Amino acid sequence: MITIREYLKVKTLQEAWTANQKRSNRVLGGMGWMKMSSANVASVIDLTDLHLDKIEETEEEFIIGAMVSLRQFETHEGLNQYFCNAPKESMRHIVGIQFRNCATMGGSVWLRPGFSDPLTLLLSLDSQVELWVGKEESIFLPLADFCKQKRDNSILVAIHVKKDARKVAYQSFRNTETDFPVLTASVSKKDGIYRAAVGARPALALAIEADNVEELIKKAQELNYSSNIRASADYRKMLADVLIRRAVKELEEEK
Amino acid sequence: MEVKIKLNGKMIMESIEPDLLLLDFCRAHHCKSVKRGCETSNCGLCTVWFDGKPILSCNTLAARANGHEITTLEGLQEEAEEFGMFLAREGGEQCGFCNPGFIMNLLAMARELNDPSDDEIKEYLAGNLCRCTGFSSHMRAIHKWMEYRKEKQS
Amino acid sequence: MRRPDSLEPGKYVGQSIVKKDAKALVTGKPVYCDDLAPDDCLIIKILRSPHAHAMIRSIDTSKAKLVPGVECVLTYKDVPQHRFTQAGQTYLEASPYDRYILDQHIRCVGDEVAIVAADTEKAALKALKLIKVEYDILPAILDYREALDNEIIIHPEEDWSESDWSHGDNKRNCIYSEEMAVGDVDEIFKECDEVIEESYHTIQNQQSMMETFQTYCYMDTYGRLVIVSSTQVPFHVRRDMANALGIPKSKIRVIKPRIGGGFGAKQTAVCERFPAVVTWLTGKPSKIIYTREETMVIGSARHEMSVDVKLGAMKDGTIRAIEMNVLSNTGAYGEHGPTTIGLAGHKSIPLYGGKFEACRFIAHTVYSNQPSAGAFRGYGAPQGIFALESTVNLMAARLGIDPVTIREKNMLHEGELMPAYFNETANACALDQCMERCKEMIGWDEKYPSKVMPDGHIRSVGVAMAMQGSCISFVDEANVTIKINDDGFYSLLVGSTDMGTGSDTILAQMAADILECDVDDIVTFGVDTDTSPYDSGSYASSTTYLTGNAVVKACQKLRSNLIDRAAKDLECAKEEIEFDGKTFTSVKDGKEITLKDIANNMQGGLSGWQSVTEGGGSPVSPPPYMVGMVEIDLDPMTGKVIPLNYATCVDCGTVVNPNLATVQTEGGIMQGVGMALYENQSYNEKGNNRLRNFMQYKIPTRLDIPEISVDFRASYEPTGPFGAKSIGEIVINTPPPAIADAIFNATGVMLHELPMTPERVWRAMQEKKD
Repeated sequence: MITIREYLKVKTLQEAWTANQKRSNRVLGGMGWMKMSSANVASVIDLTDLHLDKIEETEEEFIIGAMVSLRQFETHEGLNQYFCNAPKESMRHIVGIQFRNCATMGGSVWLRPGFSDPLTLLLSLDSQVELWVGKEESIFLPLADFCKQKRDNSILVAIHVKKDARKVAYQSFRNTETDFPVLTASVSKKDGIYRAAVGARPALALAIEADNVEELIKKAQELNYSSNIRASADYRKMLADVLIRRAVKELEEEK
Repeated sequence: MEVKIKLNGKMIMESIEPDLLLLDFCRAHHCKSVKRGCETSNCGLCTVWFDGKPILSCNTLAARANGHEITTLEGLQEEAEEFGMFLAREGGEQCGFCNPGFIMNLLAMARELNDPSDDEIKEYLAGNLCRCTGFSSHMRAIHKWMEYRKEKQS
Repeated sequence: MRRPDSLEPGKYVGQSIVKKDAKALVTGKPVYCDDLAPDDCLIIKILRSPHAHAMIRSIDTSKAKLVPGVECVLTYKDVPQHRFTQAGQTYLEASPYDRYILDQHIRCVGDEVAIVAADTEKAALKALKLIKVEYDILPAILDYREALDNEIIIHPEEDWSESDWSHGDNKRNCIYSEEMAVGDVDEIFKECDEVIEESYHTIQNQQSMMETFQTYCYMDTYGRLVIVSSTQVPFHVRRDMANALGIPKSKIRVIKPRIGGGFGAKQTAVCERFPAVVTWLTGKPSKIIYTREETMVIGSARHEMSVDVKLGAMKDGTIRAIEMNVLSNTGAYGEHGPTTIGLAGHKSIPLYGGKFEACRFIAHTVYSNQPSAGAFRGYGAPQGIFALESTVNLMAARLGIDPVTIREKNMLHEGELMPAYFNETANACALDQCMERCKEMIGWDEKYPSKVMPDGHIRSVGVAMAMQGSCISFVDEANVTIKINDDGFYSLLVGSTDMGTGSDTILAQMAADILECDVDDIVTFGVDTDTSPYDSGSYASSTTYLTGNAVVKACQKLRSNLIDRAAKDLECAKEEIEFDGKTFTSVKDGKEITLKDIANNMQGGLSGWQSVTEGGGSPVSPPPYMVGMVEIDLDPMTGKVIPLNYATCVDCGTVVNPNLATVQTEGGIMQGVGMALYENQSYNEKGNNRLRNFMQYKIPTRLDIPEISVDFRASYEPTGPFGAKSIGEIVINTPPPAIADAIFNATGVMLHELPMTPERVWRAMQEKKD
C-alpha cells in the first residue's frame, strides 16, 4: 500500500517542476501503477489544474496533453479519422473503459513500459514529446529519443503528433482479449517508406524503417526478443513477422 | 487535507488522509455497494462515476474528487433495480458481488452509447469481471432491458 | 426410471423463479462479510514466508509491537498448538491433521509466519515490516513428481494424523494411495486390437471468486466466539476452529452471510483461524479481508495432476479396458488431497460404465512445497475427464471412427451397473439423449472434423462427455427445519450455504410445492450453527439433491402434522381431510378451516407440532451427465484458438429452476474454457507464484467466451427430490477435452497439457511439421 503525506495541486508547470525535483515526490497520473507500489511518497503532484487534459488539432499536428485519458485518445474523432482508426485499435484491449478513463497518455508515455500499446502506435508516427525542464519554455524531443532516456525530473506536458499524411495500421497479439500484449506492431507508410514499431518484445517498442516489406521484416527479426510468462522469445519473433504482414495488408487496403 | 465531495447528491466536507482511496472514502460513507475485488485495476467491482464518467475508485485518490461529484449505486437505486430485476429474471445476478460495479458501468454505457451493437456492449463492459455467470445471462438481460427502455420511451 | 410414488412437481419446481435475495444483490445492499463487520474491528494482517521450505530460527516482534495502534503480534509461540485440518469435510475428515494455527516449520512461499492485529490497516502494515525473522532454509520439493519417498520430508512431525482409509504415510510425503481393479485388465488389453497409452498434465487453477476470503469475529454475551465468515461449510468451520484453538465446540458459533462466490474455495477455512485466535485471545472484535494476492497465493487452487491413461479397444470401436494412473499434488498441506484424486477415475471411467470389461485405477497424492490445493468445482473430475476423453478421441482417430460414434457405441445407459462407481446402478441417465441433442445444436455432422476458411483460419469441432456425483454417499448429511408461523407463513431453516447459486430459492420452491403455498410464504434462513440444523455444507454437488431431500421429508411431515391438527379441529379422521395449501376441508361434512386459523391455533394450547426437522444422508450419489461440443476458430499462423460456439446438453435429472441451472452451466463452461486455454498458473524456481493477481492470471472476460447454448434432457432420479440430481460441478468438465479435440481435428495435434495457449498450439504444430 502506498503512503502519501501531502497532496499538492499545482497551478503552474514551474511549480510542478520545482516540486518534482525532490526525490520523494511523485507526479500523479492515472494512479494505476502508483497505487500498487509500497512507496513512501512525501507529496503527490496533481496536474489537473494545468488543463493538460485536451487534445488539440492544428494545421500541422495533434497536441495530446499529458493528462488526456486513454479513453479520450481512443474516442477522439479527429485523431481516428486522420490515423485510420489506429488510435482506437491501440486502446480497445487495455483492461476496460473505467481503467481507460483513469489512465493518462502522459503516464503511459512517461513510464515507457515495454508492453505499451500507445507507445508502439506513437513510435510508428512522427511524434515528439514536450517537456518542462524548469526553463522559460518547453523543450521538444523526438519520442524515439525520449524512449531511450532514463526517467528524470522533468514534467511531461504533451505529445505532439505530426499530421504528415501517413497511413497507419495497428496490430497486437494477446493471449486473452484484455491482457497485456504478447507483441504489438504498428506500421505506417509515407512516401513509399514503411515505418514499423514493434513492442512488448517484451522490451520497449523500437521503430525500424524500410522501403519494402521484406526488408522491414528482416529488420524486425533483428530486434531483440525475450521470454516472459506470456510467451517465449522465438514465438514473439515469429509473431513480429505475422503482425507486420497483417498490418501492411491492412494499410494497403485502406482508402 | 480538507475536501468537499458531492457523494450521491449530498455534499460532504471533511478532513481526509491524502492517500485515502476513493473506494474507501465511499465505503466509509455508507456506500457499501462499492466493492474491492483486486488491487490491480482489473476487476471493475469498484466502478463509480466521477462527474458522470465511470472510473475505478480503487485507482483514484479521494483527494482528486475534491470539488467533484461522485455517484455510486446507492445514488441510482431506481435504475439499478430496474435493470437489476431484468438480470435477476435471467438468474444472472448469482453471487451478486460484481453486480454493483457492473451495473454502474452498464448505466454509464446507456448514457454514452446510442443503440450499441453486441460487440460494442461487450467491449464497453469488458472491464467488469464475473466468475459466476459466463456472461450470457448478462447479455440476455441487457437485450431485454434495452428493448423495454425503447418501448417505455416511445 | 420413475417409481409409482414419484413426486410430481407443483407450481414451482421446474419454474424459473427469481432468487429471493435478488433485489438486495442488484441494488448493492450491504449483505457480505466486510459490509457487516463492526467498525471497531481490529484489522488483521499476516506476515508470510518468502521461502518455500524453512524453519523459523528466531522471530523478534518487539519493534512491531511498539507501533501505535498495534493490539498484538502473534507468532507460533503465542498461539495454541493443536494439529487440525482446515478442509471443510464431514467428520472424520479424510484430510490429514497437519496444520497449526502458526507453525515454526514453514512449508511453502506464503505460509503464515506471524499475525498482526491493529486499530488500522496502516498500523498493521507498518508493524508487519518491523517483524524480524531469521529462517533456516531447508531444501524444498518443488516438483511433486519427485515427492514420493524423497529424503526431504515435508511433514516429519510426530503429531501428524490421518483417517485410516486414506492409506497415507507422512514419512513418504504421501497422503493417499488407492488401487482399484475390476476384471483382469492385463488379460483384456492383450486381446484388444488397439491399445494406446497417453500421459496428461493439468496444473493448478485459481478459483477467482470475486469476493476474496474474509471473516470477522467477536465475543458474544455468553463468552462464546462468534465467527462470521464467507464460507460454504459453517458447521465444519466450527469443528475446525475448535480443534485449532483447543476449545470446546460449544464455545463457537459460526454465521454465514451472503457469499460472493465460492466454487469450492470456501470449503476450506482458509482465513478463519486468524481472527478466531485474535478475538479469542484479546476478547476484541477483529476481521481479516484477504487481498486478491493473498487469495491467489494461498487460496485453495485446483490440484495439479499427472494422469496416465491406457485404453484398449477393438477395430469396431468397442472399448474393452481402461487403466488410469494418477498422481496429485496437494502442496504443503493435505486439504482435500486424499479425496479429490478419486474423482479423476471414479467420475470418468463410468462414462463407459456398462460396456467395458475391465478397468484399473491407481492413485497417489503427495505433498510438495507449493501452496496447498483445495476443493475447486469438479474436484478432480476435470483432470481425469480431460485425460480419458482425450484418449478416447485419439482412439477414435486411430480406428477411423467419428468421436461421436465411438461414444454412442460405448457410453453408459440407464439401468446399467457402474463397476468403477462403487457398483452403483445408473438409475437415471439420459446421456444418449444429450449426445443426440448436442449434435443437432452444434451441427456436428456438417462441421466435423474441420474446414479451412478463406482467411486461412481453420474451423473445427470437438466433443467430450462428463459426469459428476450428487453428494458424497454414506458421508454427507443434510437436515432442514420447517416451521409454521402465525398467519400461516413458513420458515425454512437450512444449514446448506447459498453461495450465489440460488439454492435458498430452489429449496423454497420444493417446500412450496409440498406445502402448496406461495413461494413468497417460505422464508429461507441460513446459516447460523446455533439455529440452523446440521448440514455438511454446500459442496460435492449436494445441496439440491441432499438438502432438497431433507426439505421434501420435513415439509411432508409438517404437512401431515397440520392435517392432524385440522382433523382434530374439524372433528374428523385425518384421512378425511383435504388440504389445498390454504384451506383444510373435511370431506365428511364439508366443514373448513383455513391454514391461517390452524397456524394461529397452534400458537397456543397443546400443539407443539409447529416445527419439524428432518434429513439424513444418502447411500448413493447419483451422477448427472452431460455432453459438450465446441466449435473453434484456429489461426494456424499463430496457434491462437478462439472458441466460437459451445453447445451443451445436460442431464441433471429434474431441472428445478431452468434459469439458474442454465446460468450454472454457462458459468461452468466459462471456467472450463479459461482452464482449457489460458489460466496458466506457474511457479518459479524458488516456489514463488508468478501469477499472483488478475493482471497476470487471466480469467475469461466477456470478450473471451464463446456463444454458449444450453439445453437439458432430464432423466428422473428416483432417489432425488422431485427427480432432481446435481448441476453445480459437472458443468466445468467438458471444455478442456472438447477444445483439445477441436484443436486435434483442426491440426492433427492432440495437446496433453493445460492450458492450450497459442504458443503451445503453435509449437505442437511446428513439431508435427518437422
